[in-house]
Amino acid sequence: MSVNELYIIAPEIIVAALALLILSVDLMKLPNGNKVLCGISSLGLLITGMVSLVLLPDDTHIYDGTFVADEYALFFKVVFLVMGAIVVVMSYKTVETTLERPGEYYALIVFSVLGMMVMAAARDILVAYVALELLSFSLYILVSYSKNEPVITEASTKYILLGAFSSAILLYGMSMLYGVTQTTAYLGIAARLDEGISLSDPVLLISLVLLLAGFGFKLAAVPFHMWVPDIYQAAPPPITGHLAVASKAAAFALVLRLFAEAFGGVFTYEWAVVVGALAAVTMTLGNLVAIMQQDVKRMLAYSSVGQVGYLLMPIAALGMDGAGDLLTSGLMFHLIGYGLTNFVVFACVSSLAEHDKHSIDDYTGLGRTTPFIGMALTAGLFSLAGLPFFAGFASKFYLFAVVAEVAGGIFIWLVALAILNSLISLYYYLVVIRQMYMVIPERADKVDIGKWNTVVVMILLIAVVGVGLYPAPIVSWAQFAAGSIAF
Amino acid sequence: MMGILSANILIPFLAVFVLVALPSGRPNLVRAIAIGTGGLSFVLSAIAFFSYDYNEGGYQLRESYEWLPNIGIGVTLGIDGISAVLILLNGFIFLAGIVMSWAVTPRNKDFFILLFLLAAGVYGTFAVLDLFFLFFFYELAVVPMFLLIGVWGSSSDFGNFSRTKEYGAMKLVLYLTAGSMLIWLAIIAIFVEAGLGTFNMELLASTELSRTFQIVFFPFVAIGFGVLAGLWPFHTWSPDGHVAAPTAVSMLHAGVLMKLGAYGILKVGMFILPEGATVWAPVLIGLGTVNVLYGAIAAISQTDLKYVIAYSSVSHMGYVIMGLATLDPIGINGSVLQMISHGIMTALFFALVGGIYEQAHLRDIRVLEGLAKRMGVTAAFFGVAGLTSLGLPGLSGFVAEFMVFVGTFRTYPFLGALAIIGAAITAVYILRLMGKVFFGPLNDQWTHLADPPKYQQATAGILAVALLGIGIWPFPLIRLIDVGVSDLLQAMGGM
Repeated sequence: MSVNELYIIAPEIIVAALALLILSVDLMKLPNGNKVLCGISSLGLLITGMVSLVLLPDDTHIYDGTFVADEYALFFKVVFLVMGAIVVVMSYKTVETTLERPGEYYALIVFSVLGMMVMAAARDILVAYVALELLSFSLYILVSYSKNEPVITEASTKYILLGAFSSAILLYGMSMLYGVTQTTAYLGIAARLDEGISLSDPVLLISLVLLLAGFGFKLAAVPFHMWVPDIYQAAPPPITGHLAVASKAAAFALVLRLFAEAFGGVFTYEWAVVVGALAAVTMTLGNLVAIMQQDVKRMLAYSSVGQVGYLLMPIAALGMDGAGDLLTSGLMFHLIGYGLTNFVVFACVSSLAEHDKHSIDDYTGLGRTTPFIGMALTAGLFSLAGLPFFAGFASKFYLFAVVAEVAGGIFIWLVALAILNSLISLYYYLVVIRQMYMVIPERADKVDIGKWNTVVVMILLIAVVGVGLYPAPIVSWAQFAAGSIAF
Repeated sequence: MMGILSANILIPFLAVFVLVALPSGRPNLVRAIAIGTGGLSFVLSAIAFFSYDYNEGGYQLRESYEWLPNIGIGVTLGIDGISAVLILLNGFIFLAGIVMSWAVTPRNKDFFILLFLLAAGVYGTFAVLDLFFLFFFYELAVVPMFLLIGVWGSSSDFGNFSRTKEYGAMKLVLYLTAGSMLIWLAIIAIFVEAGLGTFNMELLASTELSRTFQIVFFPFVAIGFGVLAGLWPFHTWSPDGHVAAPTAVSMLHAGVLMKLGAYGILKVGMFILPEGATVWAPVLIGLGTVNVLYGAIAAISQTDLKYVIAYSSVSHMGYVIMGLATLDPIGINGSVLQMISHGIMTALFFALVGGIYEQAHLRDIRVLEGLAKRMGVTAAFFGVAGLTSLGLPGLSGFVAEFMVFVGTFRTYPFLGALAIIGAAITAVYILRLMGKVFFGPLNDQWTHLADPPKYQQATAGILAVALLGIGIWPFPLIRLIDVGVSDLLQAMGGM
């Protein structure tokens, strides 16, 4: 490696520098520190996104191929940087009302984005693990920035313990994998597996199961989802959005590359059945339990568990036939469609939480008292349920179609279950909408969410409608990017 | 260069964005925009109707835009004889509905936003030749109903139980989306089974799908769309939903939206899964007959005027389903004509009932008596709609139902006989209702009633004239429908 090759990790270097810059600016104790830091962080992330687009050539790697800068990594890098910027902007109001020193908060978000970027680019299980831990540690701290004192203490303790536990499981699985293959590089593992190690090798099997369980925690798949509702309820809403969207997308980016590149050869029908069953249980349980929730954020937590079930379908189908890039693009597109939608919903939930509105009952009459948020939240919930003309409709349809298309249609029944789950989810979203529009509140005090929140929600809403009406650029980019993974 | 069909879909859509951007508190401006949009889109639908060349047949006014080329989704537009007629119907009822909602309060802006989304969805469903977009527009037409009913609708209290508008809205949307989940699955299954990597309906229709596949998936399509068409036993959302809905929404929903269901069975079920349709036709026609009889018998025992009309809708949609399932050219012609006839007739019914309810604040037919003495115009138009409903010659219902009967007698004579009994029961409840509610002795408590405002009378009048016009001279519609039907039967294998 020469110094000249450092440009390959330039975006990562810039983001790391950005985090340090934020911390140093914070030390200056500026009178309008929040505004300045929010500006620096969001603009910094966006500019890095543009730099990555301009700078990165195709398919180069550094550090002996453990870190790769291909189209796939680039796609996710840009997505994470934009998502990070959205979270920063969404946080502005929350930070202003709850934190005296905003520096660490923004710096941690930037660090978490750095972790995500490396997760998508890693081609070595150790690099991937370190990046995952950078993300996890940032999130451990971020979730506990909450006013919600007794609840958050319990929730974040739970989150840290379970997180550490799952990291340990993951590490154990990785070490066993190393034991079998004597390498940590994805492509090296694939090469060794090609040489005749099959799933009948018990150590490999155990390591795969451990990896699946470890990632199951990070992705919040059933039965590893128990931390989700508590954290969603207690964490500051923008951070919940960050958890629900960006960190989940990062985990999927890692899992997809790892499983496609390292294990592509050993994928068999059994794998599809195991992961398919995991997907089925995850979506069904998440959506059924969501019906019973009274707190909007807990409901969204379970609904996000259900969404993970949909997103696991392409992982299950991976390796069944040659349509890997189509499947991957389905996953990538739904991560964006679902992610943008979730941002709209959490931006609304966040601005309502500032007025101490948390439960579905608190949302009574919002259609009258704050018509704009009522409309935006309705649009967001419809998009989550997968109704036109929002992003959620296009991305869900696309995802289901590409999954069903795999391998002569044995996945059609999994898709059928996913479609049934969409109907269940529509029901509990409609309950919220009914509460907002059809129940007359006892007191109809206007809720003023302020200009900032209005503008943020509006921009996100336009994005959701835009992607819903014309998704072709994102889909074709996703498919092109997916092509750079070696299946 | 934008074509007529895309303009037809985009104009209500654009009106939505204009209204969203409009500051609230300008009800008159909103009304002006609404009327303008309705008028313009009626004109466009008429242009589409008249520019369809029935000598040539096939799909016309084609437009095609790429959308997601990698899995073969495109905005492909084009109409055949059947959709040309249905688009005209939508333009007509949509405009009438807007006029009837002139005085909607509160928040008429939000009301029209949702109404326009619904209209765009209906236009799109009729005009599109791509399964993905068919589903897209279909859902777009269904979902706004939830808020339209729940916010602007009305609840019914029957003393010992009540049907709230929230209940009606929730029931309607859950039933219809449950149906659309079946459609969604069927669409994806068709896409996978055909293996062409496209959602284009013409290409899919020209592929031979395996017989087993067609037999398995036709019920998904038939039930999925059938829910919206009011197919028994999946019809129970329809009375509750239609009664709870505000006038214009009932008009559009019973008048046009239910036809989307029948149209879907025809366009997806019969075009793409012809063998499945042939196998299942006896079941479908049986259910249609149950629809006719069950709807009519249920209508007899209702005490709420709007419930009578809603159940009569269920009954009349039975003729539509029967006609389709005959797979006989005359039967299908009658079925499509019945869609038009029933669409206009129900819209007229709901418009008039809305006018009565606005003043009387109740719809109980045990209490309403002798309204003709105070509401002469309403009574006259109600008479026209009622006589259409029971199939009096000279009105559109006669022509349509007659053709359905002919088609049924040629295929399933026994069911044809049962369906005629249904028409007789219709006569019982319609005539009894008219005799009591309009022409009975005037009750003192109704002396303050008067005919609705002139603009509402004029709307009702135009609808009534249309019923009469089609009844006397249905040929301009039939010749278009017939072209579509022969295209369909040819596609199904020259039966």
